Amino acid sequence: MDQVGSLNALNTGIMDGTTTNYNTREALLKLFDERIAGYALNDSPELTAMRREAIAGFASAGFPHTKMEKWRNTDLTRVLNHDFKFPEAPVMAEVDLEEIFRCEVPGFDTHMIAQLNGWFIERGAGLSQAAQGVVVCSMAEAFEKYPDIIASHYGKYAPVKENSLSALNTAFAQDGVFVFVPDNVEVNEIVQIVNLVHSADPVFVQPRNLVILGKNSSLRLVHCDDSVDDQVGFINAVSEIVLSENARLDHYKLQNKNDRSALVNNVFFHLEAGANLSTNAISLNGGLIRNEVYVRLNGRGSHADILGVYLMDRDQHIDNQVFVDHAVPDCTSNELFKGILDDQASGVFNGHILVRKDAQRTNAYQNNKNILISDKAVIDTKPFLEIYADDVKCSHGATVGQLDSEAMFYLRSRGISADNARMLLMYAFAAEIVNKISIPQLKQRIDDLVKKRLRGELSICDQCVLHCNSREQKVSFEIDMSKI
Amino acid sequence: MLSIKNLRVSIEGKEILKGINLEVRPGEVHAIMGPNGTGKSTLASVIAGRDIFEVEEGEIIFNGKNLLEMPVEDRASEGIFLSFQYPVEIPGVSITNFMRTAVNEQRKYHGLDPMPANEFLAKMEEKKRMLDIHAKLANRSVNEGFSGGEKKKNEIFQLAMLEPTLAILDETDSGLDIDALKVVANGVNKLRRPDNAFLVITHYQRLLEYIVPDIVHVLFDGRIVRSGGKELAMELEEKGYEWIRSEA
Repeated sequence: MDQVGSLNALNTGIMDGTTTNYNTREALLKLFDERIAGYALNDSPELTAMRREAIAGFASAGFPHTKMEKWRNTDLTRVLNHDFKFPEAPVMAEVDLEEIFRCEVPGFDTHMIAQLNGWFIERGAGLSQAAQGVVVCSMAEAFEKYPDIIASHYGKYAPVKENSLSALNTAFAQDGVFVFVPDNVEVNEIVQIVNLVHSADPVFVQPRNLVILGKNSSLRLVHCDDSVDDQVGFINAVSEIVLSENARLDHYKLQNKNDRSALVNNVFFHLEAGANLSTNAISLNGGLIRNEVYVRLNGRGSHADILGVYLMDRDQHIDNQVFVDHAVPDCTSNELFKGILDDQASGVFNGHILVRKDAQRTNAYQNNKNILISDKAVIDTKPFLEIYADDVKCSHGATVGQLDSEAMFYLRSRGISADNARMLLMYAFAAEIVNKISIPQLKQRIDDLVKKRLRGELSICDQCVLHCNSREQKVSFEIDMSKI
Repeated sequence: MLSIKNLRVSIEGKEILKGINLEVRPGEVHAIMGPNGTGKSTLASVIAGRDIFEVEEGEIIFNGKNLLEMPVEDRASEGIFLSFQYPVEIPGVSITNFMRTAVNEQRKYHGLDPMPANEFLAKMEEKKRMLDIHAKLANRSVNEGFSGGEKKKNEIFQLAMLEPTLAILDETDSGLDIDALKVVANGVNKLRRPDNAFLVITHYQRLLEYIVPDIVHVLFDGRIVRSGGKELAMELEEKGYEWIRSEA
């Protein structure tokens, strides 16, 4: 398949994905029973066992509901109430690749990986550091080629008992992105995962990613979630990300989804001694977005910066759940989430810091700041510290406010219209997070997107929020059918 | 240029200005002096358009237009500038971005195209040179982490950039050491032209040694109780405000 510019070619030679409507526990359990034998043909016995354990976890809990404390303010009912297709094979789609991957960030070269409806799409050029052992491939391929790494890490961080959506993902996951960086390798290229949803029918997709950083290695990873159309979709993604001793990861999540989409993103970070994580969630649009970030500081001297900014309006809903587990002494964590909510938009922030008994000399900070533009916008913010050690520095804070009227007057007194003054202040509020982006071209791009968003000019029609690859570069997509 | 007639202003039912009359002509520098709490800053704010006050009576006419019917930003575009007593810190907005937005919105108000970027940057450099401002302002956030002196210099810098016809300096001398005061005063003096005017609000006579006023008004209990030449300021300095209080 050497078609350039369109996925339409995929129509040929691929069986039509069997689809049924799945939005209830019962239907999903039945589907699992139908599919598990097929999965087992490719799976290792361990993976099959893991799927069975996971579906049991999902069976006992079902979909999260608002009677659960952690889901009190996020109601999945409205986004589950669709006749989802649960595609077993890639959904046929016609996507203008030239359009999606056109370059809007001069000089921002990334190694881009695309996922379409959860399926990894192989693209021409490999990573330049492949010779040093850096691997970027589909999960399906990783299951086959790297069984030892899979056995040590896959499913070891994402719980299937306490988290029913993570369990559901584990039960059904077939594909996603696998990244492996060997010890002592600094990856020069920025790895960018673009997760697209594009379908004629409502789809329920479950990408599964695993990222392993060896000792003293470093990686910059940009993870984009985009819609290509305004079709209903439910993404239930799980990523497990491991930072070995002294590894460094700079991680960005960019979310620009349509208003009819739901995105639940469970990310499990595991940090060994001296590891350094910076993760930044930038949510620009989305019908319902729930980011669950789990950070386990498992080795001495590890550090995590967990940042986020969200700009929501209309009926959009954003929910950030952050759980930081200080398991050992001498670790530091720093959380800052800032959000602007307009119209009837609603938001949730739940920050939970756990300092275990032995985790002495912990420094943990947490802050959530919000601006509500309209009377109808709501935010439910709940910082929560759970501390069992005694030599600890922790702080938390949450603010909810309106735009500063003094600052508004100051700007207007210079001739700036009320609308633009408001825009400038909102931008300034968000800029604190944007300015922490350490990749200059990415920072510039996000900065532009935030401005565009605040002016009301960013729509999902802009498609991928990062059009990074060179326009000149011809791109071709292939799906390796043998892995599916 | 500016004509204020019988201006009565209250805030939360309390009358602050009790019938102000003031005429400012092009080329003039007026000083408004008076003890604390007599309404000096209220007068400045009402002219600039702060909406926390209730205008009970009177009018403010600026170049033939009724200011009281105009939103804040339009007054600025018409040529009113207020140098704040307490300039507001705006983290995240660079001074360049702030000024460019302001300059271009004022141009838009007058039906002009935005100023080309290179022309704008050249203008910024020129004004910085003129005002003896060496600090790298451009990429700093507006007033964030500025010292008192830097904030006031930044106000004068904005004044230079926006070239208003009437600049109101609200206690620009407060909190300044003598060196900063000189920089600010020299800046103002360089910006004086036959076609613009200044309203200098101050508690002390000190600033007026550097910015020499044509007319001095004494504001007391919401009224202008005396007006005179620059010698009035010196008389006040000598005799103190008690003198006015006893006369009022």
